[in-house]
Amino acid sequence: MSESFLRLEGITKTFPGVKALDDVSLDVRPGEILTLLGENGAGKSTLMSVLSGLYAPDSGRILLDGKPVQLASPADALSKGIGMVHQHFMLVPNHSVLDNILLAIDNLTFKLDRAALKTRVAAIVSDLGLDLNLDTPVWKLSIGQQQWIEIIKLLVRDTRLLILDEPTAVLTPQEANKLFDFLKKLRAKGSSIIFISHKMREVMELSNRVTVLKKGRSVATVTAGDYDTSKLARLMIGEDEVPTWSKVSHAQPNVLVSVHGIEANNERGTRELDDFYLDIYAGEVLGVAGVAGNGQKALGEVLAGLRKPINGNIRLRSVDVTKDWGNGKHFSIIGHVPEDRKAQGIAPDLTVDENLVLKSYKAPEFCNFIFQKNKAIRDNAKVQVERYDIKAGPSGAKVRVLSGGNIQKVIIARELGIKPELLIALYPTRGLDIGAAGFVHSVIAKAGETGMGTLLISEDLDELLKVSDRIAVMFRGKLVGIVDPTKTTREQIGLMMAGEAPV
Amino acid sequence: MKLLIQKRQSQSALFNLMTPLLCLVLALIVVALFLVMAGVNPFAAYRDVGIEALGSAYGLSETLVQATPLIFTGLGVMLAFRMQLWNIGAEGQLYMGALGATWVALFSGITSTWLMIPMMMIMAMILGGIWAAIAGALKARYRVNEVIITLLLNYIAAGIVKYLVYGGWRDPKGYGFPQTADFPPNAILSTYFDTRLHSGFWISLVLAAILWVFTEKTVWGYELRVIGNNPRAAQYAGMNIQSKTIFVMFLSGALAALAGFAQVSGVVTRLQDNISPGYGFTAVIVAWLARRSAAGVVIVSFFFGIVYVGGDALKITYKLPESFINVFQGMLLFFLLASEYFVNHRITLVREPKTPVAV
Repeated sequence: MSESFLRLEGITKTFPGVKALDDVSLDVRPGEILTLLGENGAGKSTLMSVLSGLYAPDSGRILLDGKPVQLASPADALSKGIGMVHQHFMLVPNHSVLDNILLAIDNLTFKLDRAALKTRVAAIVSDLGLDLNLDTPVWKLSIGQQQWIEIIKLLVRDTRLLILDEPTAVLTPQEANKLFDFLKKLRAKGSSIIFISHKMREVMELSNRVTVLKKGRSVATVTAGDYDTSKLARLMIGEDEVPTWSKVSHAQPNVLVSVHGIEANNERGTRELDDFYLDIYAGEVLGVAGVAGNGQKALGEVLAGLRKPINGNIRLRSVDVTKDWGNGKHFSIIGHVPEDRKAQGIAPDLTVDENLVLKSYKAPEFCNFIFQKNKAIRDNAKVQVERYDIKAGPSGAKVRVLSGGNIQKVIIARELGIKPELLIALYPTRGLDIGAAGFVHSVIAKAGETGMGTLLISEDLDELLKVSDRIAVMFRGKLVGIVDPTKTTREQIGLMMAGEAPV
Repeated sequence: MKLLIQKRQSQSALFNLMTPLLCLVLALIVVALFLVMAGVNPFAAYRDVGIEALGSAYGLSETLVQATPLIFTGLGVMLAFRMQLWNIGAEGQLYMGALGATWVALFSGITSTWLMIPMMMIMAMILGGIWAAIAGALKARYRVNEVIITLLLNYIAAGIVKYLVYGGWRDPKGYGFPQTADFPPNAILSTYFDTRLHSGFWISLVLAAILWVFTEKTVWGYELRVIGNNPRAAQYAGMNIQSKTIFVMFLSGALAALAGFAQVSGVVTRLQDNISPGYGFTAVIVAWLARRSAAGVVIVSFFFGIVYVGGDALKITYKLPESFINVFQGMLLFFLLASEYFVNHRITLVREPKTPVAV
C-alpha cells in the first residue's frame, strides 16, 4: 500500500432542507478496495455522485495526485480516471458485448478497426479470466455478466478508480461470489475500487479499508484486521443514548396475526422470505429491524396482500386467511403505509380529498350505489386534515404539491381511517424531519389503544427502540430473534442484523 | 445565462383552458402560411369556411353530421386515454361497428322496427368492443403495447370490410360498385328537414351526457382516474387493473363502433369501404384537445365538424387538395403535444449561479 492518489477533504453538500454530506473526508490508495459503509440515507450515494461529477459540492475540495480538481460532469470525471458502475446498467441489449464496450471508447477512428479493437478487449477479458463471449448479444447474458461489461467499459478507458454502488443488490449469491473474484483480480492488477455496501459479509470479505458514514458524516476509517462485524455495526449505527420516551404499551395477550413458515420470492424469482415465523399480538407495536434487503419489504407486501406467498400460511385470529388475503376479503382490515410513499401511496394528480378515500371509496360512507358522495368525501377530508394537522393548502389542491411529511400524514390518516386491525408501516419516517417523525410515532403508539396491532418495519434503530413493544430482527429472509427493547443493546441488535443468533 | 426547467407544482384552470385555444391559434397561423404559399388569401379562406359551415341551416346541419361520428369516436378514445390506455384504433373499431350493424341490417332477418336499430347498435358495440379488447387483453396479460396493436388492427378491420364489399356482401344489383345492398327502411335512422342530419346525433349527445356522469361522478370514474394517474397506487388500493384494462378498452371500442353504426345507418344507408374520412384518427386529436372530458369532446367535435365541412368548401372554391385538412389537423396535434410539456414544466431564464470555488 502506497500513498493515496485521490483525496476528498471536507466535502459538504446541502439539498433543500437536508444536509446530505457534512464535512466528509476520504482517501483512496492505488490497488485497494475501500468500502463505504452506512445505513440508507447516510450519504453514500450523494458522496459518490460528488466523486463521479454528478453533483458539485457546496464546499470542500477534491485532490487528484495532490492537485485540486473540479469534476464538472461524469464525462469529466471519467476523463480524469474516475468511473462509476451504476445499479442500473447502461447497455444496448441487442448489441454484442464487443459493440457495447466499443461505445465506451471515445477516441474511435471514423473507420472502425474492429479486429484490432476486438483483440484489445479480448486481451482484457482473458487477462481477468472472465467467461465472456464478445459476439454474444447482451440480452442473452446473466445480470452478473452484464455487470462485468459495465466494469470492462471503464477499464478500456484506463480508469484508475472504479466506484461500484451496491453492486450485489441485483445479483444472486453465486453471481456475487464471481464478482468478488473479479474485483480481487482487478485489485491485484493495481486498480482502486470504492465499494458501496451495507452487507457485512461482503465488507468483511473484500475490503482493505472501510470508511463508515453516518448521517452525512464520515465517522471513522478502519483498516482490515482492526475491525470485526460488531465493531462495524456499532460504528454504522452509532452509540447515541436511546431517547427517553414514556411509552405506554397496549399489548394484549391474544395473538392477532400468526405468520407460519412463509416463503416468498421477488419479481426476479430470488427467495426473499424463507421459512419465516412471526406472531403479532393485538395492540402491540412490533418493530422489525434488519439491514435493507433482508426480506422486510416482502414481509410487508405478503401481509398487505400485495404478494402471494409460495408456501406457509397466515392466520388472522386463528382463521387461515392465506388464500383470500389478497382478494379483498381481509383487505379492509389491513392498513398499509408503503415504503415508497410517493410512488405507491398516492395518486399524485388527484386531490387531497380524493386521496384520503383511496382505500375506502367503496364503503357505504362514501358511495351510494355507484355514485360518489362528494360531500361526505369533502367532509371526511376536513376532519382528517384537522385531526392530523395536514398542511394541505386550499381545498381541491393536488396531493403532489404537498411536502413529504404531509403526504405521509395523508397516507397515515387514510390508513387509520379504515379502522384497521393490523397496520403495516414500512419506513414510515424515512426522509421526514424530526417534528413530523415524532408525530408519526405518537400516532402509531396511540392507535394501539383500540387493539390494533402494528408491524413497524424500519432501519432506524432509534425509532424501533423508542416505539416498539418488541423488536424482531430479520436476516436473509429469516427471523433471527425477538428482543425486548428495554433489555437489549444496540450492539446486540447489530449483531443479530448481521445474522448472529442471540445468545 | 441558462434555461432552468422545473416541473410545475400546479396548473391554474385558466392556464388549462388557454392552452388548447393557443394551440388552435398557432395551428391556424401555420396553415395560413401554407394557404399564402398556395396563392390563397387566408382571411378570405377562413371566412368562407365559417360561412360554409355555420352560415346556413344546411351548412350547420352538415357540420353536425360530421360532428356525430367524431363525438362517438372521441368519447371512446377519451375514455381509454383517461386510464392512460392509448387507443389509437378508433378507426378500425368504427369499421368493425359498421360491419356489425350492416350484418344485422341485411342478414339477421329482423322485421320489427323497434328491434332493428337497437340490435344493430348492440352488434356494432360487440364487434368494435372486441376489436379494442384484443389490444386490452394483450396489454393486461402480456404487457404488449396497445398503441401498436390498436394501430395495426385498423388496417385489418378496413381490409375485412373491403373484402366483404368487394366479395360476398356486394350488392348483386349494384352494377358492380363495391358496396352492399341498401338497408331496409327499418334499419335506417330518421333524418330531419331534408338534410342529412340523423338521429344518431342525439344518441351521441345522450351518450356524452352519460359518460360525463360516469367519469366525473361515479366510483367507476374515480377508479379510472386513480389507475390512469398511478397504477401502483391503484393496485395498492386493491383495484384490479388487469380486468379494468380489458373492460375499458372494450367500452372504448364499443363507443367508437357506434360511429360506424351511425355512418351506415344514418348517412350512407349501406356499407362501403370509404365510410370514414379518418374520423377515428381525428378522434385522438379531439380527445386530447378536449382534455379528456366528455363535455369537451362534444364541443371539440363540433369544431372539427366545421373543419370538415369548411375544408370541403375550400376544395371546391379554391381547388385546394384535401390534404389541407390533414395539414391543419397535424399542426394542431403537433402544437397540442408540444404544449403538454409547457403545461407541466416551468421554464425560466436564470443567471448561472457561481460554482463554489475550491478553497
